[in-house]
Amino acid sequence: MNSSLKKITGMRLFLPIFCMLLVMAANIIYDAASGNFALNFFTISMRNGVLYGRLIDILNRGSEVAILAIGMTLVVSASAGTDISVGSVMSLAACFCCMMLAGYGVSSTSDLAVPLLVGVLGGVLMGCLCGAFNGFLVAYLNVQPMVATLILYSAARAIGLLLCNNLIVYVRNDSYKFFGGYMGFLPTPIVIAAICVVIMTLLLKKTALGLYVQSVGINKKASRIAGLNSEKIIFICYVVCGLAAGIAGIVASSRIYSADSNNIGLNYEMDAILAVALGGNSLGGGKFNLAGSIIGAYTIQAITTTLYALGVSTDVAPVYKAIIVIIIVTIQAPPFKAFMKRRAARKALAKGGAVA
Amino acid sequence: MKKYYAGAAFLALAIFSASGCTRSGGETQTESRYEELADEGEGYINVGFCQVGSESDWRVASTQSFRETFTTENGYYLLYEDAQNKQENQLKAVRSFILQEVDYIILDPVVETGWDGVLQEAKDAGIPVIVTDRKVVVEDESLYTCWVGSDFEQEGRKAGEWLEDYLADRGRGGEKLRLVTLQGTLGSSAQIGRTEGFSQILEQNDSWEMLEYQSGDFTQTKAQEVMEYYLDTYEDIDVAVCENDNMAFGAIDAIQEAGKTCGPDGEIIVISFDAVRAAFEAMLRGEINVAMECNPDQGPLVSDIIRRLEAGEEVEKIQYVKETYFDTSMDLESIMEGRTY
Repeated sequence: MNSSLKKITGMRLFLPIFCMLLVMAANIIYDAASGNFALNFFTISMRNGVLYGRLIDILNRGSEVAILAIGMTLVVSASAGTDISVGSVMSLAACFCCMMLAGYGVSSTSDLAVPLLVGVLGGVLMGCLCGAFNGFLVAYLNVQPMVATLILYSAARAIGLLLCNNLIVYVRNDSYKFFGGYMGFLPTPIVIAAICVVIMTLLLKKTALGLYVQSVGINKKASRIAGLNSEKIIFICYVVCGLAAGIAGIVASSRIYSADSNNIGLNYEMDAILAVALGGNSLGGGKFNLAGSIIGAYTIQAITTTLYALGVSTDVAPVYKAIIVIIIVTIQAPPFKAFMKRRAARKALAKGGAVA
Repeated sequence: MKKYYAGAAFLALAIFSASGCTRSGGETQTESRYEELADEGEGYINVGFCQVGSESDWRVASTQSFRETFTTENGYYLLYEDAQNKQENQLKAVRSFILQEVDYIILDPVVETGWDGVLQEAKDAGIPVIVTDRKVVVEDESLYTCWVGSDFEQEGRKAGEWLEDYLADRGRGGEKLRLVTLQGTLGSSAQIGRTEGFSQILEQNDSWEMLEYQSGDFTQTKAQEVMEYYLDTYEDIDVAVCENDNMAFGAIDAIQEAGKTCGPDGEIIVISFDAVRAAFEAMLRGEINVAMECNPDQGPLVSDIIRRLEAGEEVEKIQYVKETYFDTSMDLESIMEGRTY
């Protein structure tokens, strides 16, 4: 009994899943206490031909952060640093895409100036370009990741404003609404996030990329001596992170069929980094766990949605979010884990002593 | 060898930054910048305008109004700063206006508080500050010359009264009504005024029940998310009060996604504020019931005030622009043609 419990708690995904369950439990207790159906949180229904329910909301709204978390996990692992520009890059990718679709200087249109695919690919490529810029600075010029990405963190949003001529560009075309809308009965963002996760997982499982990234993250010099092109691998990680930011930007912009440079992706970099940390990954680089980050991303969204349900005003929600995050991160911190281990060992020792 | 380079680089950096920091260096920089401006702005009234950002269509219309009023043809030289929704950018912008010795500063503050210091600096420099749209809260009211903008509380009251009339017209007066509100950025003048004004009317109607207030931050995305939550939580909602147009668009998206209908022929009455062009289009499509106007055309009134100040006249401390409302019973298309935004 005890050993199987230990086996479960010892699993790498235990903590992120545990945190997720904790948030769900809070929902059940609240629903039961307020006299609603206790499993309100898990109820999924069909309305208007599409899936509806709080779980769907969380999966839908958490898509952007989940997509960002994929790239962020690689960056954190390979370079022991974070890419703080992803939120701004999202905004830039969205602006570039909408600018192409609407034409420069147009603030609202229902006709596309270029084919939809060209605009969307342009936005995604813009994300890659930003990622390549970050990657070049970090991998080849050895700039600290935080400093290197700080450049686009502040500049990308402004470039987006320039591209859009200081306006909110609306693309009121139904085909553009697709990426933030519905694909059959499923919200498209969920599908896009799922595709991204599957592709990345396959890449990591079927190729040696995951191994290379971890190896570079653990010891860059040793990896180079072992024959890996460390710089190139770090560079690739940043490009993937930029690509993820580009995709997330398109999704966020498609939801509101416009490019709102000031608000798209605002503070998303923090959520993405948090997702990685919540997933049980060390921000010091090295070994990583993609599934953990993805669960972390949805946990963050679950916290937000739960706070809505609890009637916490959206403006004070960040405070509660911070408290929850502090608790979760503390539980995962190595000193805390070591402390718990020591306590358990002492207890076992005392027990053993009594028997003897 | 490496150490030597680092040392040299550090030394160079130190010299560079020290020369930049000395008093004389700083002064020449400002002076040359001022001269540059003086050359350009010769013979004109120099006006520094610090705008909130370009977060909504209303804001863009407001910027346009100022840009079209304060032209060189009208005898003005306009310096425009977009603060991108950040107060620190506005503080910087106002300080740079003071350094450039403009004649008037027009400020549309992002938030109400935290202006005492920089406004005192403007006053010390003898530059009159005209606050527009959103208000400022300062200890000493003499720090700014006057405030020009909308009576948000009146807008809120008008929205409530409109709803009373609308229901009475349809024979639904006294009917039990369930309302939700999407508030603007908490603490902004528009949010405080509109919430306050509407709740005054709400209190007079016992049959109205306000289910919840949540902030949608004046943005479409946030409003969409909050409205989704409302629809998820409350079975039947009769009225959605959206404290600006962009939030109304987000709310409409959420309502339609949930398979409900809104507007004059729908289940949910949507009340919006600001009344920008896109809101008119939404009314024509039958998605919004009514939009309370928030007039962004403040440029001419501010220009008028500056002319009076130039002539040495006193101006009233608080000045409201004229405002009305538009609903689907009106001839919206012809109204739209006569409007610039």
